[in-house]
Formats: sequence, structure tokens, C-alpha cells
Amino acid sequence: MTVRPAPAEAAAPEDAPRSVTAVGAAGRFLFVAAVVLLCAWVIVPIYLMMVNALSSPREVTAFPKSFVPSFDLGSLRFFVTFAGVAKALWNSVLVAALTMLLSLGLGAPAGYALSRFDFPGKELFRLLVVMTRAFPLPLLALPLAVFFIRTGLDDTALGLAIVHTVLAIPFAALITYSLFSGIPLELEEAAWTLGCTRWQAFYKVVLPLVLPGIAASAVFAFIVSWNEVFAAAVLTIQNRTLPAFLVQSLNVSPLHLKFAGGAALVVPALVFIFAVRRYLFAMWGIASR
Amino acid sequence: MAEIVIKSVAKRFGSFQALRAIDLTVADREFMVLLGPSGCGKTTLLRIIAGLETPTAGEVWIGGRRVDRLPPRERGIAMVFQNYAVFPHLTVYENIAFGLRMKRLPRETIDERVRRTASLMHIEQLLTRYSGQLSGGQRQRVAVARALAMEPDVILMDEPLSNLDALLRLEMRAELKGVLEASRTTTIYVTHDQVEAMSLADRIAVMNEGEIVQVSTPVEVYRDPAARFVGSFIGNPPMNFITATRLADGEWDVAGLRLPGPAAGERLEFAVRPEDVDVAPGGLRAVVRVVEPLGPHTLVTAEVGGRPFRAVLGTDVAVAPGDELSLVPKADRVRWFDPETGAAVR
Repeated sequence: MTVRPAPAEAAAPEDAPRSVTAVGAAGRFLFVAAVVLLCAWVIVPIYLMMVNALSSPREVTAFPKSFVPSFDLGSLRFFVTFAGVAKALWNSVLVAALTMLLSLGLGAPAGYALSRFDFPGKELFRLLVVMTRAFPLPLLALPLAVFFIRTGLDDTALGLAIVHTVLAIPFAALITYSLFSGIPLELEEAAWTLGCTRWQAFYKVVLPLVLPGIAASAVFAFIVSWNEVFAAAVLTIQNRTLPAFLVQSLNVSPLHLKFAGGAALVVPALVFIFAVRRYLFAMWGIASR
Repeated sequence: MAEIVIKSVAKRFGSFQALRAIDLTVADREFMVLLGPSGCGKTTLLRIIAGLETPTAGEVWIGGRRVDRLPPRERGIAMVFQNYAVFPHLTVYENIAFGLRMKRLPRETIDERVRRTASLMHIEQLLTRYSGQLSGGQRQRVAVARALAMEPDVILMDEPLSNLDALLRLEMRAELKGVLEASRTTTIYVTHDQVEAMSLADRIAVMNEGEIVQVSTPVEVYRDPAARFVGSFIGNPPMNFITATRLADGEWDVAGLRLPGPAAGERLEFAVRPEDVDVAPGGLRAVVRVVEPLGPHTLVTAEVGGRPFRAVLGTDVAVAPGDELSLVPKADRVRWFDPETGAAVR
């Protein structure tokens, strides 16, 4: 092999190439700017909400505003003791947890089947899984409500969790499908030759390798359910989830209570993501801490 | 005792016939190499023996036990995969111990076996590492150690060296040969590399298009190919073939040279290996096209009867492109093939 010399460039003087460090510095600036912008996009609204939730009602409506909260817990205390909030919070957690279990329990086996087996109608199945998102929830809400009342599932956590599972399952199935596809079949085959049954090979070899991705998929299902308002508002009356409860009650509440409610919605989701963050970033062999 | 008997095993993938009625017997403690070009079915056959593929027809027996309906874990086999298949979430130690733990062996036995096989494969110092921290060659060693630690009846290897670079392959080849000879385990080894096959095998099964063409010792496969395909596939540079026409019973015209040959047939193909010709008067007339001095010998590509013909000559013969040579094939090394069926004719 011979190295071909680069063709001589007849560049005009003003067209002279910039030094690599100058280009690198510009690229670095863009990179850092993008990172700062993205962080601000997420953090600033959360911060403002927190400041207002932790301020006294007077400070919330006052102007100019202080960017340091006064740590007046009045709004929050009022909110927490407000009738029904605790129950709605519990309902939300229950429904989200059920959704997480159901959507992974049904979606992960579907993802595994899609990645490991060839069966007739595989492509159609993949399409149909995504198609479930094509029906707008408002369209389904009325027949669903009627059906739920008939079967006695209305106003229960399980009923709502089933609806949320339908929303979350396409993502669970497709995320786990790509996760399982990323694990070479050879690893499973090696486990079989080393004495494993199909199921043992799955939980001893495949599962530990996909666990970070499963965790991400679980968080996603949790958040889908946590944030869902429409179905929750239509299908529950007594056992409202937090978003449905807040939509109903905070509509007519003063501003500082709205902020307190917003904080109550955001904080559990943040805590949950924080708890599983290790799994979201962990790579085998190079675990990040 | 682990003799492997394969009885008319066939495999069909949809409309593609991957294997047609394979019969093969591998003796206890024998090192059998399945050799053939890619797509010839050798890996499929290995996977059927391992239980990772179900044959469409036929039987597989290991150590007197019919296994073709058993799952891999009940066949007494261990397998080394082309891409190593070292579990990335376990350390080297846990990888080697994996199969032993599945067998529920006592802790001390496991520890002893892991350390023994690790030292056999020279990876004792890597036992606490993860696969991501190993080089390709080291991963290969872990994969082999993991298979050996199982002390299986049969070790199956699917192109285990094909992902290593040339120098490492050479080193691992010699090492594998030593380790497997010492373990005295029946081994089936799949490769498309004829040098690997020649150097490792007790016997070679040459495969082509889903069939076994010849099963013999390496020397015999090289000297006496049972078919034209074997002669052309094994040997580098490959065998030379020239179409011969019949002059009289047992006398053939090979590109103008009168040679004694088999009595049967109207048309045959004359074949000789490049190293089995001498420069002497009264031979095939060859016009030299390319001369490649390779150190120990010189590879000459010439034209005989308008077709390319390769000859490996001693370095003492001075040749240059354009020269005309007379090449005399060694009488006992000439082979004849039926041009229709490709089968050897004597």
C-alpha cells in the first residue's frame, strides 16, 4: 500500500485553513452552550416552581420576585393536609406501579419473542403494537367507561392501570425488543451448552445484561401513567389519581396552591428517576458511580 | 468413551437443503475437522451435534446414546463459539465456573478445576477481570478454558481462531493442539482454513454443498483427493487441472504430452500439484508468465495449452517471464478425475 499524497490546494490567501485548535475551541463552545441550554430547559421551570411552592402566598404574587425561596412551608402544608391529596397520591403510585408491572410483564416477553423467534405475522404484529397509539384516548374514553362500569372495573386502580398499560406497552415491547436484539444469541447458546435450560439461560445471562434497559423502560411506563390525566379523569371518581385530582380541584385554587400541587406531581417522578439512575447509565465492566 | 455417530442427517431451511444425508463416525478421542468453503453446511452439522439446531432427518449418537432429541445440556458436550460468547457480566473466574455451578459441583471441586484450566490456558492472572477488559486472544482462551473445565465427552469448536489476527492464530493453533491432545477428549472442529485443518486434525471431513466429499487423514486428503473439489480446495496454490483426451487404452494426451493413465473413460482430467513437477526435458511445454520468489521456493505461474498452470520450483532454477519450460509431472503423484462427476478415477 502506498500513501497517496493529498492533492495540492490552490487556496487563496484569505481561504487559508484555520488552525485545528481554533476550530476545536469553536466546537467546544457550541458543545458547552448546547449542554447549558438543555440543562436550563429542564432545570429552570422546575426551579421556578420549587421557589414558588416554598414561598408564602404573598411572595408568590409579589413583584419583583426573589429567586431564593423563603422556605415558607405554608402552601405545601395546606396542600398536603387538603382533603383527598394523600389518597390521590397513593392512587397515583399504585396505578403507576401496576402499569409498570403490567406493561413490562406483557411487553418484555413480546420484545423477547420479536427479537428471538421467527413466526408468521411478525411484521404485522410489530405494526399493530405501534398502532395501538393511533386511537385517540378521548375517542375510546366513553365506550371504555361504559365497558368498565359493566365489568365493575370503573373507579378502580386496576382498571386505570390497564388503560395506562395499553398506552405504555408499545414502548415497553419495542424498547425491550431492541434490548434483547442487542444481546448476541451466541451468549444464550453458550449458556445452554453449559447446562442451562432456556429459562435459566434467560435469567442468568440475558436478564443481567438487559437490566439497565429494563429499568429505563420501567421508568418510562411509570412516567406515562403518572402524567396521564384524561383517562384518569374520565374513569375514576372517588379513587382519583393525583393529576386528575389536581385538574379538578386546583382549577379553582389560588396560584400558590397550584405551585404546591405542581411540585407534588414533579417531585415523586424526580425521586423515582434518581433512584434508578444507576441502571440508566451503568455499563457492565465500567460501572459509573 | 464418546464415539460420535451421525446417521443420514439432513437439514433443510425452507427451500434450502443445507445438509443432504450426512453419515460420519468420529472415533473416541479423535480430533475430527470439518473443512469446507463457507455455506457448505459444516457449521450447521456442528450445531446439530450440539443440539442448537434440529435435524430434518437422521440420528445423532454420542457415546452409544441417541441424542438428537435431547437439549444441548443433556448431551455431554461443550462448545467454543466463533465470537467466544464470554459472558460480559461475569468475571473470567465466574465464566469458567458457570457450567460447573450449573452441575452443582462442590465449591472446592469448582475452584480447583477453574484454577487448573485457567493455568492450562495461561489466564490465571486474568481471573478477576471482565470480558470487556480482555483482548480477543484472551477471550478465546477464556472460552476454551470454560469448555475444558466442563470435562465434557465431546468438545465442539466453531471456527474458534477465525477472529484472531494471523500471528495470534498461529500461536493459538499450536497451543490448542497441545491442550486438546493432552485432554484426550473427542473433538469436532469446524474451519474453512485448510492449514488449520491439516495441522490439527487426526482426520479431515471435507464438505461441499451439504455433503461430505471425503473423510481421511490430512496427508491422504492432500495426496489422494477423492474428488476434483477436494484437490482444488485443499492446497495453496491449488492443484493444476488439464483436460486429457484418450489416445488408446490407458494412454492419454495431456496438452501434447503422451501419458499413461486409467483404462476407463473417453475424457478425463489430468491433475497434479504444483510442487509435483520437475524441470526436465520431455515434459509439458509451459510458457512462464509470472515468477514469484517466496524464499524457500519459487512459485511460477505459466501457461500450458493456453490455461494457467502453477509450479513450485526450487530456487536454483533460474526462470524469467517469457521463458519456455518443460515440466515433467512426477509419475506417482499424477491423479485423474472424471470431468462429469468430479470423482477420482484410477
